[in-house]
Amino acid sequence: MIDPEYLKTLRNEPWREALRQRMKNRERTAIPRVKMPELDAGIRSHNYGEVNRGLSPEQALRESQRCLDCPDPQCIAGCPVEVNIPKFIKNIERNDFPEAARTLKETSALPAVCGRVCPQEKQCESRCIYTRMGKEAVAIGYMERFAADFERESGPVSVPGRAASNGTKIAVIGSGPAGLSFAGDMAKYGYDVCVFEALHEIGGVLKYGIPEFRLPNEIVDVEIAGLQQMGVTFVTNCIVGKTLSCEDLHREGFKGIFIASGAGLPNFMNIPGENLSGVLSSNEYLTRVNLMGAYKREADTPVFPGKKVAVIGGGNTAMDSVRTARRLGAEQAMIVYRRSEKEMPARVEEIKHAREEGILFMNLYNPVEYIGDETGRVKQMVLQKMELGAPDASGRRSPVAIAGQTETVDVDLVVVSVGVSPNPLVPRAFAGLDISRWGTIVIDPDTLQTALPGVYAGGDIVRGGATVILAMGDGRKAAAAMRKQL
Amino acid sequence: MNKIIKKNILSENIVKLEVEAPLIARARKAGHFVIVKVGKYGERIPLTIAGADVQRGSITLVIQKAGKSTRKICALNEGDSITDLVGPLGKATHIENFGTVVCACGGVGTAPMLPIAEAMKKAGNRVIAVQAARTKDLVILEEEMRQHADEIIPMTDDGSYGTKGLITSGIEAVIKREKVDLCVTIGPAVMMKFVSLLTQKYRIPTVASLNTIMVDGTGMCGACRVTVGGKTQFVCVDGPEFDAHQVDFDEMMMRLNAYKEFE
Repeated sequence: MIDPEYLKTLRNEPWREALRQRMKNRERTAIPRVKMPELDAGIRSHNYGEVNRGLSPEQALRESQRCLDCPDPQCIAGCPVEVNIPKFIKNIERNDFPEAARTLKETSALPAVCGRVCPQEKQCESRCIYTRMGKEAVAIGYMERFAADFERESGPVSVPGRAASNGTKIAVIGSGPAGLSFAGDMAKYGYDVCVFEALHEIGGVLKYGIPEFRLPNEIVDVEIAGLQQMGVTFVTNCIVGKTLSCEDLHREGFKGIFIASGAGLPNFMNIPGENLSGVLSSNEYLTRVNLMGAYKREADTPVFPGKKVAVIGGGNTAMDSVRTARRLGAEQAMIVYRRSEKEMPARVEEIKHAREEGILFMNLYNPVEYIGDETGRVKQMVLQKMELGAPDASGRRSPVAIAGQTETVDVDLVVVSVGVSPNPLVPRAFAGLDISRWGTIVIDPDTLQTALPGVYAGGDIVRGGATVILAMGDGRKAAAAMRKQL
Repeated sequence: MNKIIKKNILSENIVKLEVEAPLIARARKAGHFVIVKVGKYGERIPLTIAGADVQRGSITLVIQKAGKSTRKICALNEGDSITDLVGPLGKATHIENFGTVVCACGGVGTAPMLPIAEAMKKAGNRVIAVQAARTKDLVILEEEMRQHADEIIPMTDDGSYGTKGLITSGIEAVIKREKVDLCVTIGPAVMMKFVSLLTQKYRIPTVASLNTIMVDGTGMCGACRVTVGGKTQFVCVDGPEFDAHQVDFDEMMMRLNAYKEFE
């Protein structure tokens, strides 16, 4: 945790004091929250352009004035990587955008990514004093994105300072958000970091999972280039546990290993017809489109251009899939979710965007069977009508089937997006790891160390399926603990 | 990038490539496969490893032109590179001294069978290879197979080479002649289906190595799923070898045609 005294010292710097004096809090709170400029829904549902366009400097400046620079800022504690939020926002207010970007990079390896995909409404912004006053929170996420984008678009990006090289080799397994965040911190500490990636592209879920219209790959590549400038090396097409064994890593002189291999395995529902062609996992669908570029003319990888597409599930990945289907030309793209919209795990913004793009929501329905044509292609799905019963272990009201009420709906493509399980490839390779019955790696919650000395783990291989920022938080935490231990 | 050291043309549509891949050469075992991608916008396709040379740091791949991506790989020449190559993937073949093992391979399936026959032989098995193809030109790697098998029974559909007939008649002749303890089969899905039906009749344990559509090959996408014993399995991480008598080959064949319209 960041030392509160340190935060106070920074807050008491003369320029911060001067800024606070410049406007009365009453004036600040009277400013309405900025609206994110968006690509028109009619246009964007047929292309891959990024939906959120980003704030203009004037908008960012105005929004930054809303922040009261609280004496005891709660927002920082709401951020898994503890970005010094007031400091970066006040740098925007004093028109020093590059310094705002540098502030972000002190703790976040991927600010342009976080500014786009973090569920700020559940994290920093949920702790904002405005939220507690019953007003709309300061748009921290929008400003984070603004600062990171401004820096990137205005020339060479700043590279965080790194300690003198200590020559100690560290291996990272997986180049998703947890691995990248860990790699960034360890490089800053002076370690010699090598990241091993199974796929042919660096970035993990940021590349294969999150679509271009929400997070352009180009943005991810710039952040990766920043890590490379800090001395982090990347090896693609290399699976630890297959291409290299963990003994190989030890032999090569790696003194610490961070496992961040993610939760790759898609869950299915095990219902009749699920193996028909035209029924696929959201991982497959999104990988074909995002990683393999199936929507581009020059790509060899095909994807079904479904006309009537059903996406099963209510999470962010389901929203990404259904919005992708629309862009691939679906005349009707629908979400089928067994609970009501209130229980949906997807971000509010994603649901809003999906609705604007003409996505149909079939809430309180659950598929029970898929029916194929004579060639084995899916042509219909049978949906069971549901109602909400008593709350379950997750605290959400659990869906209960209403006996006898089913509907048969025509579809030509079904994308199953009902969660993922940890990929067993890497855990299998390390004898002596403690594996939970869900297949996740068991760690010490304070240090993220596994049952094996020198081997740490974080992100979805530990959590089983969470968010980019929680994975990044794990990366930071593990880096701090490993440094202390080495 | 993995450089192609050697290229041999085995028949009009079948090419053998020796590819630089020192780490994979060292780590691979019989039954493993790799994922190959050619070009920036290439497709990721699975290919079972047909051999490896640890000293030379290379693996051997045998590719039959079937669609766009396999044609692209076959068009590569010595000195060219495969853009992306990852592996070894899948579970290795279970090798032990079973007694007598029949290796039933169809067409290009002979290539991935080579390391299995080799390992089975080394484990002390009597290895009989029934090698089937449509016609003489498509009988490949017979000499290589001869190095590992005690006996080779070549078969062609049209009788242009070896015994005329389908692979099943060749296997059945062996079964009627001597005790067979295990059958391993690699080839087109429909062939493996009929091999499996035959050995089921004689209650001979049979392993089939499946080659399905894959994207990542590491368990991520689920494109490769098959039904084995009524349960969904992923060929990439749970396989590629399964108890053939439990595999739903009809479903597998249907799924293999999923993207046919795009070829």
